Amino acid sequence: MQTSEISSRVLARAEELLSCGKVQMVIGWRKGLFDYDITPSLFTTSDDLKKNFVYNEWCGANLSKYLVKETRAIETAKDTVRTNNKMAKMKNPDATDAPEPSAKVLVFLKPCDTYSFTELLKEHRIFRDDVFAVGIPCDGMKDPEKKEISERCTVCKSKKHITYDELIGEDGDVQDSKRFDMVEKIESMSPDKRFAFWQNEFSRCIRCNACRDVCPACTCERCIFDNPKSGASQKVAADDFEESMYHIIRAWHVAGRCTDCGECSRVCPQNIPLHLLNRKFIKDINELYGPYMAGSDMETKPPMLNYQKDDAEPSIIKEAK
Amino acid sequence: MYSLPLNKLDTLFETVGAEKPLYIPADNSSGKADFTRWKKGVKLSKTLKTVRSAKDFFFPKTENLVNYKVDGKKIEIEDPRKELEDFVVFGVRACDAASFTIVDNVYINQTPCDTYYKNRREHSTVITLACTEPVQTCFCKLYGIDAADPKGDVSAWISDDTVYFNANTDKGKNFIAGINALLTKSDDSGVVKQQQETRSRISELPFVNLDISKFTGDNMMKLFNSKVWEDLSHTCLGCGTCTYVCPTCMCFDVRDFDTGNGIKQFRCWDSCMYSDFTKMAAANPRLTQKERFRQRFMHKLVYYPMEHDGVKSCVGCGRCLESCPIHMNIVKVIKTLNETPLEEK
Repeated sequence: MQTSEISSRVLARAEELLSCGKVQMVIGWRKGLFDYDITPSLFTTSDDLKKNFVYNEWCGANLSKYLVKETRAIETAKDTVRTNNKMAKMKNPDATDAPEPSAKVLVFLKPCDTYSFTELLKEHRIFRDDVFAVGIPCDGMKDPEKKEISERCTVCKSKKHITYDELIGEDGDVQDSKRFDMVEKIESMSPDKRFAFWQNEFSRCIRCNACRDVCPACTCERCIFDNPKSGASQKVAADDFEESMYHIIRAWHVAGRCTDCGECSRVCPQNIPLHLLNRKFIKDINELYGPYMAGSDMETKPPMLNYQKDDAEPSIIKEAK
Repeated sequence: MYSLPLNKLDTLFETVGAEKPLYIPADNSSGKADFTRWKKGVKLSKTLKTVRSAKDFFFPKTENLVNYKVDGKKIEIEDPRKELEDFVVFGVRACDAASFTIVDNVYINQTPCDTYYKNRREHSTVITLACTEPVQTCFCKLYGIDAADPKGDVSAWISDDTVYFNANTDKGKNFIAGINALLTKSDDSGVVKQQQETRSRISELPFVNLDISKFTGDNMMKLFNSKVWEDLSHTCLGCGTCTYVCPTCMCFDVRDFDTGNGIKQFRCWDSCMYSDFTKMAAANPRLTQKERFRQRFMHKLVYYPMEHDGVKSCVGCGRCLESCPIHMNIVKVIKTLNETPLEEK
């Protein structure tokens, strides 16, 4: 399918679902000032969709994390009505119940976005009933800065949609990706060289937290780095060592849950290849606990949360070699 | 005005860099540019903009304020101040140079004065570099900044194979005197021609004529209560990218770092976009991202100008247009507010 054809089908479906009342809002992509500066956005009217909705090669932003906020708002609205109804009944047993607001949010998910969506569902961060998910095809997204296909898309892991209610176009397959090549290259460096490599990368960090804030695996109610009571709270850290720790701690926190969507590196204003840290963890997990892909299904237990007697002990394995 | 053959620029860097720390924009391994301490082999970047603005020289990302060493009941106080060293920055663009005045208004021209910031300003010599190829995201002209005639202690222009210098301040004159042996006196014809070309390029840019007449103190409450903030901020991630790349954002936090045998008290950048910004008694008074988002733009376009003779706290460098993860930015905010009639409230 041509990009323009996909785009018009996606838009038509959004308008249809909104006007027939199947959904009350749409999370999609909004046109920018130029062709490349697309903003993820909420649409509630057909007019707005017609004028401003867009789906093209610049729509790299993964929309799945926004569902945490949107579906929670829907559930809160329902809870409020339920509570009010209960209280009304306490005053007057004959009071009629106000109808619970029913709202559904339509979201468009590219194949890799469905991995994040599935992982979030698995972690009970999204209320599935409040979402209508439409899987859409993707031929790779462009990097606004370089104006060419992003690195993450050149090593695309899958064109297969995992969780969805409806699909536009044909579903694809899991790809034979070369995404671990760069990890292997870094692994083969001497410890000193590797340390220098990461020191150079982290030295540019401005600690804007964009990597964390965009990450679909980072959905803690209160991140330990934001919580003064955690004992680990920091804005910009006191020194460079602490600063590197932020990235390493974050990589640990998402280990076994990161779907390798690559949003962390996409948003980094300093082009730090943060996804390589996560990929290293994915590669290690694959080697130590057997192949595992976060977000690829709703059933398998994540290796980091699933203790088995024959689990590998990384340090012992290293010594045995 | 003085001139220097372009191929002698490295010699100039060597002369200046031998005496005091010199910083120039240089390409880094990520394909972007940042101000880098000059040493032999560091080349001037051809990139228009550094990722981080030049404010970092005066208002660094983190800065140690005071150290306490604790040994039993003995507490020693150590002064770690390091900002009293002369340094030179070359290649600051007109927008960044204009941002210094905006930050000075808060940190120097008000009491109490921020001595850390002031010392750094006083110990610096800023050599600006005129732009020749502005990009689509540049809009400094909107705020009356002339990218072809940058301020600073010394202004510089690179035209064809020549670098031109003009001193604007006493510090600048001293700097020129120090490198006099390398320079020759010159007329400004090469510069004037370049300026005309640059200015005509700038006038073609898409955002240089935005209407900002609406952003006045009189309209403050109407703008504050506008319904557009909800939509604009709805997908804001609440990260600090816009704040930290912005040359005029200047908020900080002061924190204690427990070193195990003492305390390192430091200040670091902070962002009004963060949920843990300005913690009062219990919490940040701006409860949702809408309020935090609104604060940042209202401050730049309305609150700051109200206190500083109408000067907007934005210099149109366009860094936020390039860096924001969701491509939301001050231009989109201005345009949206312009398109939406203000309601009486």
